[in-house]
Amino acid sequence: MVTVLVPGPLRGEVGGAARLTVAVAGTLRDVLDELAGEWPRLARRLRDERGEVRRHVNVYVDGEDCRHLGGLDAPVPPGAEVQVLPSVAGG
Amino acid sequence: MTTLLAIGTGKGLFLATSTDGRRTWQLSGPHHPMTGVYAVAVDTRREVPRLLAGMTSSHFGPSVATSDDLGASWQEPEQAPVAFPADTGASLGRVWQLTPAGPAEPDVVWAGTEPSALFRSTDAGRTFELVRALWEHPHREQWGAGFGGQAVHTVLPHPHDPARIAVAMSTGGVYHSADAGATWAPGNTGIRAYFLPDEWPEFGQCVHKVARDAGDPERLYAQNHHGVYRSDDGGHTWLSIAAGLPSDFGFPMVAHPTRPGMIWSFPLAADSRRFPVDERCRVYRSADAGGTWEALSAGLPAGPYFPAVLRDAMCADDADPTGVYFGTRSGEVYASRDEGDSWFLVAAHLPDVLCVRAAEV
Repeated sequence: MVTVLVPGPLRGEVGGAARLTVAVAGTLRDVLDELAGEWPRLARRLRDERGEVRRHVNVYVDGEDCRHLGGLDAPVPPGAEVQVLPSVAGG
Repeated sequence: MTTLLAIGTGKGLFLATSTDGRRTWQLSGPHHPMTGVYAVAVDTRREVPRLLAGMTSSHFGPSVATSDDLGASWQEPEQAPVAFPADTGASLGRVWQLTPAGPAEPDVVWAGTEPSALFRSTDAGRTFELVRALWEHPHREQWGAGFGGQAVHTVLPHPHDPARIAVAMSTGGVYHSADAGATWAPGNTGIRAYFLPDEWPEFGQCVHKVARDAGDPERLYAQNHHGVYRSDDGGHTWLSIAAGLPSDFGFPMVAHPTRPGMIWSFPLAADSRRFPVDERCRVYRSADAGGTWEALSAGLPAGPYFPAVLRDAMCADDADPTGVYFGTRSGEVYASRDEGDSWFLVAAHLPDVLCVRAAEV
């Protein structure tokens, strides 16, 4: 099991939940794919149709930016916490 | 009768409604806050009017939402309503245009996108499918990107023939299909591309906006990146109608919905000086298909004026007499109830206005 922390602006896509539980571990791609099955509207806010994490969406695995862990290939072990945070962007 | 004015801005959608003949307006919003609403449509072909908004979050990407209760609530499908198929290797930047088709196809809505592509919906704008033939056009690799990105920003269904449709893109120019999108051909003869070594190319022009005449569907009007043109042959060859304007630069081009030959524009001084000509807020109107133009400024700010009007930030409504509207990059929206003879302020202090559309609902 992996816990996914949902940022405030996206909680409306998941019935108001601040955290979700995903019954898969492996890579970040595996986790996000599993998430997309249950919460497609959340998933498409995080990744584009090519599956790439959107430029101004940051995803942390146990506190570490996934871009430093291999991106979507980042390992997400059982019990890990995946945190989604909007980056500081916009005007 | 209620008139609805939808105002897409850089930070959300605002809706203005009037129930007293467009004299006073009530404003609501922002709907979809913190998204750039580049495209909005009011689809009045349906028994219940449908609003469509194409919005882009700088964080969470683009989407299209619909409302069947004039903006009180919005719906989005679970899956992305506009998305490039996996084999294209592309991803949607934003939806630049949402255009209901003609009356013969009441459930068809077109979407023009960045990167330059056309999508078609057969469920009244809930979900869309890529028009493959335009995406796979051999010219596509040579289409360029202007400052706003590379996008199909104009979609013009033929009012009587569902098989015929025109699109315009920056840069790339005008393309036509006469077989419901199965094949496409450029239609830019006579439109100058001063920014290219060959100034008269087959395609590659930076057309900013194209509008179709109310009376003659073969007559089109184009505001180009320098150059204002008219076509009398369905948009294949073009002639300049800029002689009576103070500048041939600008973004919008709006045709009267019922009066043949009447069009409006908002000229800017030049590509290198994107302010209203003489720094005065003036709409220009032609009643003879671009042969002559008159400046319209009654009710508009009299002093030095610097904001520009973007390509979709001017429109006409379907009321009688026709109303005309424009929004500025400084967040003001002006309206006219008399085809532009006089103007009044509908809203001010909004975020930068990207698009406006108005209709009786």
